[in-house]
Amino acid sequence: MGLLDLFRANEKKSASVAKERLQLIVAHRRAGNMQAPVFLPKLQEDLLQVIRKYVQVSDDAVKIDVERDGDMDVLELNIVVPDNRD
Amino acid sequence: MAKIIVVTSGKGGVGKTTTSASFACGLAQRGHKTVVIDFDVGLRNLDLIMGCERRVVYDFVNVIHGEANLRQALIKDKRFDNLYILAASQTRDKDALTQDGVGKVLEELSKEFDFIICDSPAGIEKGAMLAMHFADEALVVTNPEVSSVRDSDRVLGILQSKTKLAMEGKGVKEHLVLTRYSPQRVAQGEMLSVDDVQEILAVELLGVIPESQSVLNSSNAGLPVIAEPSADAGQAYSDVVDRFLGEDKPMRFLSAEKKGLLGRFFGS
Ligand SMILES: Nc1ncnc2c1ncn2[C@@H]1O[C@H](COP(=O)(O)OP(=O)(O)OP(=O)(O)O)[C@@H](O)[C@H]1O
Ligand SMILES: [Mg+2]
Repeated sequence: MGLLDLFRANEKKSASVAKERLQLIVAHRRAGNMQAPVFLPKLQEDLLQVIRKYVQVSDDAVKIDVERDGDMDVLELNIVVPDNRD
Repeated sequence: MAKIIVVTSGKGGVGKTTTSASFACGLAQRGHKTVVIDFDVGLRNLDLIMGCERRVVYDFVNVIHGEANLRQALIKDKRFDNLYILAASQTRDKDALTQDGVGKVLEELSKEFDFIICDSPAGIEKGAMLAMHFADEALVVTNPEVSSVRDSDRVLGILQSKTKLAMEGKGVKEHLVLTRYSPQRVAQGEMLSVDDVQEILAVELLGVIPESQSVLNSSNAGLPVIAEPSADAGQAYSDVVDRFLGEDKPMRFLSAEKKGLLGRFFGS
């Protein structure tokens, strides 16, 4: 520490202020980006393939939605399977 | 098939071209056939850093427009086997690069090279987007400073959503390269530390390059700094290349050197 630093010793270091500001900015940006994850179409396609191993379903049988709930993202799946009960 | 690696940052002047030149040179030195492409149309720089500015006859845009073939436009480095440069055009036409054109050139290069390094221009305009588009992996060059870190975060967002791999539902592999790092200033609390930046961005750290006079010296000479074995920044870039190739190298140049008595007294 140099002589000048003695006078600044009580101030909050500028790097830690920078860190706090950046953490907020980045969290914000990433939360915004989550609203429409880019992997959704692929996930939908993959799910369809997996389901078809067990039961024949139409191309639009799988529906996916993402909803924000407070600080959580909820992935909502709707899968329509044919009625085979008779 | 070549691996395509974009060197990107968002913010300008953080060390993309310096990193591209040394990274490409290091891969070539280790026996991998490597080409480094300057995507900074209108403001070409890579040729200067690589010391081949007087040998540029045809450039990237000439190849895309069919005015020259790759064989004519690729400049073979005279000092390093396996290293080739494709210069940017000096044209002021913003639309000189097209996605189709870039894709075709990369595809052709892919057949012959192990690594294709794309030196992105600053910003997130067309040139930067195209440099990222076909990438398998990305070196996100960041300085320990607020605007650079924020821009890196934005670029990470683009890599995760707008690139070819992202749109296919796969991911681009991201690496953080922290450059112009000054351990003294970190120790004084004036500069974000490597841990701070890594915590904020949450990306795998490939390496830390110290702020170093040697970078300027080697750019004056037109020799990538990695080819200066005595330079701290050159050694740091060597470690980056080794780590990229899977070697386990500890991080260096992270702590402040002991200052002399005078330096300690004045706290320079
Ligand atoms: N580790 C370092 N130490 C000292 N100076 C550096 C370091 N890395 C880069 N520089 C200097 O920073 C300046 C910008 O570097 P460079 O051209 O590589 O950045 P860039 O990100 O490619 O810039 P642009 O956005 O304009 O393309 C140059 O003057 C270079 O010498
Ligand atoms: Mg540059």
